[in-house]
Amino acid sequence: MDLDDTQDQAAYRAQVRAWLDEHKAEAPVLEGEGALTDESEIIAARRAWQGKLAEAGLAGVTWPKDFGGQGMGPIEQVICNQEIARAKVPGILDAIGVGMLGPTIIAHGTDEQKSRYLGPMLHGDEVWCQLFSEPAAGSDLAAVQARARQQEDGSWKLSGQKVWTTNAQFASYGLLLARTDADVPKHKGLTMFIVPIDAPGVTVRGLRQISGEAEFNEVFFDDVSIDADSVVGGVGNGWGTALTTLMFERVTIGLGSEGLGYNSSRFAAAIAGQPDARRDHEVRKELGEIASELLAVRFTGYRTLTALQKGQVPGPESGLAKITIVSGAIKAGDLIADVFGPDALAENSQWAYMISFLPGLKSAGGTEEILRNTIGERVLGLPPAPRLDKGIPFSELRSKETAAA
Amino acid sequence: MNLSLSDEQEFLREAARGALSRFKTLEADREALDGNPEALPDLWATAKEAGWPGLLIDEQHGGAGLDAFDAMLVLGECGRVIAPIALLGHLPATAILNDAAAGASLLEPLATGERRAAYLPVSPPDDLVENWTAEPRSGITRAAAPVLSGSGEDARVSGEIAFVPDAPGADLLVGVALLDGKPVGIAVEADASGVTIEPTSRYDASRSLGHVTLAEAPALVLDAPAEALASAWHLAQALIAAESLGSVETALDVSVEYAKERHTFGRAIGSYQAVKHSLTEVLRQLDNGRSLLYYAGWARRGAPDEFPLAASAARSVAGRALDNAARTMISVHGGIGATWEHDAPLYFRRAQLSRRLLGGTAGATDRVAGELMAQADAA
Repeated sequence: MDLDDTQDQAAYRAQVRAWLDEHKAEAPVLEGEGALTDESEIIAARRAWQGKLAEAGLAGVTWPKDFGGQGMGPIEQVICNQEIARAKVPGILDAIGVGMLGPTIIAHGTDEQKSRYLGPMLHGDEVWCQLFSEPAAGSDLAAVQARARQQEDGSWKLSGQKVWTTNAQFASYGLLLARTDADVPKHKGLTMFIVPIDAPGVTVRGLRQISGEAEFNEVFFDDVSIDADSVVGGVGNGWGTALTTLMFERVTIGLGSEGLGYNSSRFAAAIAGQPDARRDHEVRKELGEIASELLAVRFTGYRTLTALQKGQVPGPESGLAKITIVSGAIKAGDLIADVFGPDALAENSQWAYMISFLPGLKSAGGTEEILRNTIGERVLGLPPAPRLDKGIPFSELRSKETAAA
Repeated sequence: MNLSLSDEQEFLREAARGALSRFKTLEADREALDGNPEALPDLWATAKEAGWPGLLIDEQHGGAGLDAFDAMLVLGECGRVIAPIALLGHLPATAILNDAAAGASLLEPLATGERRAAYLPVSPPDDLVENWTAEPRSGITRAAAPVLSGSGEDARVSGEIAFVPDAPGADLLVGVALLDGKPVGIAVEADASGVTIEPTSRYDASRSLGHVTLAEAPALVLDAPAEALASAWHLAQALIAAESLGSVETALDVSVEYAKERHTFGRAIGSYQAVKHSLTEVLRQLDNGRSLLYYAGWARRGAPDEFPLAASAARSVAGRALDNAARTMISVHGGIGATWEHDAPLYFRRAQLSRRLLGGTAGATDRVAGELMAQADAA
């Protein structure tokens, strides 16, 4: 049992570190002295930096070499993430594209799609967004209503609305889950599409969050024309394709969570700086409880990495870590703000931002309630609650809801 | 990076499970609670057969030469069935002796289990508390650590340590005493003059405890470094954490089985979200605890500076996990979960007592905070 790099891993780490040492001065500065403030400047700088990382092999570490990646495994991806964090430089801008959507195209896309889209995605030339959730379909993703109707010439017309779309405001493309057949049960009538965000009929509108920032968007599709060759994974196979994306999302979140800054050392350091608080028994108890759970999750990550190295795919129980991280960070924010007082909530305070961000994060990537249901059923084997929508054609579901109520 | 069980460790765990399965430990625990402590099986013979007494003793002294994580695997199996076995007292004592040259002569019979040791738990200083402290008879203020006077043949130790796990029937007591305020390892024959062991039992009849009083008892001074002495305390934390998580596993398994079988309003109670979520919460805490057992098991030799933090974190999470799991086990079973005849109250009693031994879950939680803040200071 060990936490060490193997010789090869250590050599890889040294290589990554050397490149970063040599080039980190070229990275955009986002915090502290000399930080960029203009949104479009920041995006442009981060895209250019992503291009440099990609050229150096520090982006797409787990992508196949055929598509510009390094063909390495999850451990190397983690090593790369760790070294980037250590160098205190930003990572790639398009973690969603490179982490989830690109791998989906690699798994399900046509050769033409792969050769057209993957290179520009990896280099940050084209940023991507995930167009899955809708106002009436988040937890119940298969209930999406965005409708794509095939035209005589094989192209499609798309209408509907997507929500919680991170990065849509500067994305070039999105991977979109739409209904293509409303007369079959909901899971069977879905298709995945590549949609250009600048197509006529697409409107992106920022959604402001508790913090006041608009880090994601709603996206409206009003009779948008999409080419026949935009289908990813086959017509009617949207659900299977989406499951691939969600699996990659789970892995990406699982391997990158410490990068979110929700860790025991950071929170302990904040309290340690308060002489009275660090001696207070209530504060110490709360900090100890929070910190021990966050430490646990760090080691859950190592167990997951070990399993990945052995070729095992992380199962639904890996979602448990997200529950622990978010609830731990929420309690930490409350504790730190209790200790500091209202200054912790000052406009430019890192704690105010974290406190504002966390309630929404609790639902991001799946609500905690659904997560607990999924784990209870798929890991513990408990029976599901009865559902009223199984096997029913989608077009009949709305009237069923009305009838049941 | 490899955080998983080796084949040998899988085998060790399977073998322990098999060895313990020959006994109806839960029935015996219940019998003992009802005033018949002779119902408790003598598991030391089983321990000897399996080589558990020598787990942490080097091979050159007749032991298995294994490490904390291996011992924790065995304790986990004991916790699964609330086995009344003296390993929590014995193993940290052997760890101290193993790391002290002067202890070598004592090790062989302890390795075979021919003689049994009990660790006298004394908690090392932390960022708030300057002194080593011992378990008090009652209250939240910890007691003074035993004091050593004299040297060589004239070394004598005096002090009181309450609620020492597995003290009754131990042949040798091993722990820490203060000489001019500095910690020194000591070994005291249980039948030496000045030694009193008062067996006591509290709420959980499967847990052997004794109040140890030393009144100028002759002591063998061990030349163990202070880190080894502190390490024994943290090892005890890790062992009771592992034992507790074993109990959580059973509580969860039994509760899940019941939730699948018991029906109400036409469907299994486990299909209701509230029940499902409460069981998922037990699993979440169990999984967190398991990860920390890896941390603690690795850190003892792999990152000794982190062992205090790792072991304390493991104890904190495991103790809270058992509290929650035991209560959930009772409530998932409804009214019958709170009856004498059911197994759930045995896990509840085990949880209640464990959280107050060896500095308590609360003490471990506090130490996590202290260690992390000390790390922050140093950064």
